[in-house]
Amino acid sequence: MKYIGSWSAGMGAIVLATTASALLAARALADPADPIQGDFGPPQGEPIHAVLGVPPNVPPPIHRNYPAKVIVELEVRELEKEISEGVSYTFWTFGGTVPGSFIRVRQGDTVEFHLKNHPDNKMPHNIDLHGVTGPGGGAASSFTAPGHESQFTFKALNQGIYVYHCATAPVGMHVGNGMYGLLLVEPPEGMKPVDHEYYVMQGDFYTVGKYREHGHQDFDMQKAIDERPTYVLFNGSEGALVGEHSLRAKVGETVRLYVGNGGPNLVSSFHVIGAIFSRVRYEGGVHEQENVQTTLIPSGGAAIVEFHLAVPGSYVLVDHSIFRAFNKGALALLKAEGPENRAVYSGKEVDSVYLGDKAANLEPVSQARAAAAAGTLTKEQQIKAGESRFTGTCSVCHQSNGQGLAGVFPPLAGSDFLMADKQRAIGIVLNGLHGPVTVNGNKFDSVMPPMSQLNDDELANILTFVRNSWGNSGEAVSAEEVTKLRESTKRPEGAAQ
Amino acid sequence: MRLSSRAAVLVVAALLLSATAITSAAAEDDNPYLPVAGGNFRSALPADGRPLHVPGFLLQRHPVTNAEFLAFLAGHPEWRRDAVPVVLADRGYLSHWLGPLEPGAASAAQPVTRISWFAAEAYCEAQQARLPRWYEWEFAAAASGTTRDARGDAAWRQQVLDWYSRPGGGRLQPVGGGPANYYGLHDLHGLVWEWVQDFNSLLPADADPEKFCGSGAQNLQQKDNYAVLMRIAMLGSLHGADTGHSLGFRCARDAGGRP
Repeated sequence: MKYIGSWSAGMGAIVLATTASALLAARALADPADPIQGDFGPPQGEPIHAVLGVPPNVPPPIHRNYPAKVIVELEVRELEKEISEGVSYTFWTFGGTVPGSFIRVRQGDTVEFHLKNHPDNKMPHNIDLHGVTGPGGGAASSFTAPGHESQFTFKALNQGIYVYHCATAPVGMHVGNGMYGLLLVEPPEGMKPVDHEYYVMQGDFYTVGKYREHGHQDFDMQKAIDERPTYVLFNGSEGALVGEHSLRAKVGETVRLYVGNGGPNLVSSFHVIGAIFSRVRYEGGVHEQENVQTTLIPSGGAAIVEFHLAVPGSYVLVDHSIFRAFNKGALALLKAEGPENRAVYSGKEVDSVYLGDKAANLEPVSQARAAAAAGTLTKEQQIKAGESRFTGTCSVCHQSNGQGLAGVFPPLAGSDFLMADKQRAIGIVLNGLHGPVTVNGNKFDSVMPPMSQLNDDELANILTFVRNSWGNSGEAVSAEEVTKLRESTKRPEGAAQ
Repeated sequence: MRLSSRAAVLVVAALLLSATAITSAAAEDDNPYLPVAGGNFRSALPADGRPLHVPGFLLQRHPVTNAEFLAFLAGHPEWRRDAVPVVLADRGYLSHWLGPLEPGAASAAQPVTRISWFAAEAYCEAQQARLPRWYEWEFAAAASGTTRDARGDAAWRQQVLDWYSRPGGGRLQPVGGGPANYYGLHDLHGLVWEWVQDFNSLLPADADPEKFCGSGAQNLQQKDNYAVLMRIAMLGSLHGADTGHSLGFRCARDAGGRP
């Protein structure tokens, strides 16, 4: 009987036909003097101007024990922004961001809503708030031409997390261009305190050009109708929540995510790699589920998920319909800093080479070893021996053709970075590398573990091979050079010395 | 309530118009009225989806320009921005001009925008013309360069749709920049929105225009013709005194040459 308020008018007549007790109940419900659930009376105190949250942040919790009048002012802007690196798109936004500004009120609050359509905009817009009880969720009262403002008022009767979106025809295009956001209606007692609250919203996007095709991309109506998105994104851009924009938390803290799905088409299988949600208020309702790995978030729906961070590292937020994460951009990062807890998670304990079907021909390695002992080692022998070792160890990331993987593992073939500095190259293989580097004009920011478990001969051969393959040409690297560098530099903790 | 206040405004407008119906056919050579042969037509409206007959009519080659509108104001000072009553044109009316008779940075060849429906209708009446009706506009705008009804052509439709994928607010291009369509008309797509005479009665009488958007899926045919649906949505959001940065107009006449 949680939502009595919305039942009373329409459902009363149907309930009447059942039993005498139901009849009495229905009468009671239909009595206008009977208070509506969630209505805590008229607003009290001075009107409050709502502070809106700019994603991924949410407004501060409400510490109020009475219903108030809350004034929300939301401006619609049509803006050209980056959807992926080097790719621009015209987003239609509530508040200048995708998703739109986060609205936070308390159950029982009276919300005076102002929707402003910026004069530079081309399109008329409106807003349908799923947290509104009434026809169109406000859409019928907020249809606004460019350069105009509409106002309507509603009472937030039901607590929960609710999607809002534009409902102007053609609705799919307005939503598909980013016109959605979240409204949180806090319960009267407030939300349980946590260490961090963040705002993440998934959306699918349809561009004429292919995924990551550079330049300005127009909306592709046919792909949208066919439900074949070019991008599936968290917070409206591939770069929105990665790198320096990653979400942050510390070990030992609890994180609460308000996760919405604007659609317009796809249902999200929301998952955080490496975390188990201790609580999920699924479908944004009042019930909680515990120990959830992946929660389904419908288009036009939302959930509240919480998890505790026991060990440090990068936690990856994905739509576990996993091609969307890998090939369409549905990926975000939460970086947890703090001390390791090896009792909970050991980190990597064994890193031995498993050759599998990449089993290399080790004959050249033996030959090179013999030649080195005899003092007759040639550059050609080094290259052959290096190739065998490269195949087993390095090609997993850098690929057997030395091309690497775009955006993740830098190429070695034709690499300006590799060839520019021999000593640096030896040092990287020996001691590893993490942090940003630029290779052939492209930025990379990943981790290469130290390869110091290989001996100096092997490292010298591998380096000689990569510096003389796939178009690279350079002098050989000798085992002596590697030895010298091994003696004069320090390896990271835990690496073989 | 909405309709009655609108009716009252219309009466005021009619009085103003009849008082000033002296015509200046000056700019007509620059923006001639081109014939559009009528025919049967399936509109995105009405909801019953039956084909309707659009009688032949004449439509101006391109949207009315700043230069043309300036010439009109010379003979009709009551439509200057410092003279027009706010019930006939909101505060945005010609607000991008430097002065009441100085377009300033708004160039002569750009379409005139920030024009209310009342002002657009007055301009056309001064030319012994009228604003086109929605069905006329939609009929003419269905044509590509080579065919009268290109709406089934996915490539053409995407090209039309691309205009909506660019932010507004930028500098408007001069008229005539786009290719001519089948009738020799320019810029029906890709430049500005255009007023039509019956902008506020496009929907069945029982559909409250305010609710249009929410019930759009019920009221509209050709649900994949987004460009036209957005035109209808845009017009449905307007009141007669409204003006907009991207909102202009052109005039029409009946095939016999009469308004």
